[in-house]
Amino acid sequence: MLTITDLHATVADKPILKGLSLTINAGEVHAIMGPNGAGKSTLGYTLGGRPGYEVTGGSVEFLGQDLLELQPHERAAAGLFLGFQYPVEIPGVSFVQFLRESLNAQRASRDEAPLSGGEFLKLAREQAALLKMDMEMLKRPVNVGFSGGEKKRAEMVQLGILAPKLAILDETDSGLDIDALRIVGDGINSVMRAPDKAVLLITHYQRLLDYVKPDFVHVLAGGRIVKTGGPELALALEERGYEAVAA
Amino acid sequence: MSQALALPTRKDEDFRYADLTALAPLWPVAVETIAVAAGESGQLALVLDGDQPVARELAIVLGEGAAFDLRILNAPSAYGRVAVRVELGKGASFTLGAAQLAGGEQTVEIVTDVLHAHPDAVSRQVVRSVAGGHATANYLGKVRVAKGADGTDGSQSIRAMLLDRTATANAKPELEIFADDVKCAHGCAVGELDANGLFYMAQRGLPPAEAKKLMLQAFVAEAFAGAADEERLLEAALTALGRLV
Repeated sequence: MLTITDLHATVADKPILKGLSLTINAGEVHAIMGPNGAGKSTLGYTLGGRPGYEVTGGSVEFLGQDLLELQPHERAAAGLFLGFQYPVEIPGVSFVQFLRESLNAQRASRDEAPLSGGEFLKLAREQAALLKMDMEMLKRPVNVGFSGGEKKRAEMVQLGILAPKLAILDETDSGLDIDALRIVGDGINSVMRAPDKAVLLITHYQRLLDYVKPDFVHVLAGGRIVKTGGPELALALEERGYEAVAA
Repeated sequence: MSQALALPTRKDEDFRYADLTALAPLWPVAVETIAVAAGESGQLALVLDGDQPVARELAIVLGEGAAFDLRILNAPSAYGRVAVRVELGKGASFTLGAAQLAGGEQTVEIVTDVLHAHPDAVSRQVVRSVAGGHATANYLGKVRVAKGADGTDGSQSIRAMLLDRTATANAKPELEIFADDVKCAHGCAVGELDANGLFYMAQRGLPPAEAKKLMLQAFVAEAFAGAADEERLLEAALTALGRLV
């Protein structure tokens, strides 16, 4: 599904990703762990196409397309979802309007008919219920006045509504209490655990991986994947630290 | 007589940023007088969205306890100017909610002069401007509080959004206070659309023009909140925004 080959990227002319390679197949859950400043968030933003994150080398193929050729909104329509570490507040624009227009823009680019207001609300209600989020919150302006945990939960509601092929979730677990962590974990599993979908979890901690069991765990350090293993690698990291395990 | 009718120059403060070439054929601008009797209320929604230059001048006089709600969409595809003079009686209330949208080489402007001549009157001004291309959007607004007009409550909330670095916004809120017990507030900001917000929206699948439109719609809507004609004004604004992004 996603093949990253020798990816180099800079932010403000500073090299952050330095030859990163990673392959994710459909049906798999991958976790990327790593110390602060390793380039974890940069990887997510670079794949999402954020302005200012410049690819200086390598290639990324996503579902048979050259991902780096696509604009951010085209990447979304192609099936890539980036869950933000810090979801952005957009005053005056309601979640419902924003998500309906986003979803219908995606559908239009895939030659699918737009969802009517009623159809969209039904879908939104189902997904909000799955994440135990009050539907009233989706009538409010995007993320405005939401707590850190509510923002993360809202990200997962969006994941459910937009139903991407690949979800890259950047520190979705930060800011969540134990109950919310379970709800979010269950949400990820129910939306993304499918033979034709895949997940890339970017995280600092093992605890989310108790709920969303990864097939592969990678250690990112110095802008490259330095070690790959199974779920046991995350446990070893938690116990002994990055330096001891990935050195 | 001919002196009074002479075309203003840039030395005239109220015309400092005006497009005088576009104004010339419209000059002199007839003053439209609106008087609201004591205790009465009135409202007006001006939608300027044609393709010809336009200049309007309103003189509003509010009696004791009178109220007036003025909404303006200043979004023609040529020069657009609305000048408003208001004189408030005791305990009167005046609301202005205006949005102006400009692109290309256009100038749009709103010029206000709100006189609190008597005590306990309230004036509220909300102006939201959007300028793209090489356009200029101006707000020149005076709030004057006369001697003895205690209990005055005046506010000006002025914000402008520039879509391109080549666009210009001039905002000049002014207070002139000769009374003691007065509450006057003004806020003024010129900015650009939030790049983080635009990327966030793009990441969910919204094409850039749609994302900008959604954000600008929310920005402009602040000028029309609570208007009797809110829906119609928003719809007209949305159409005009479609030309800009």
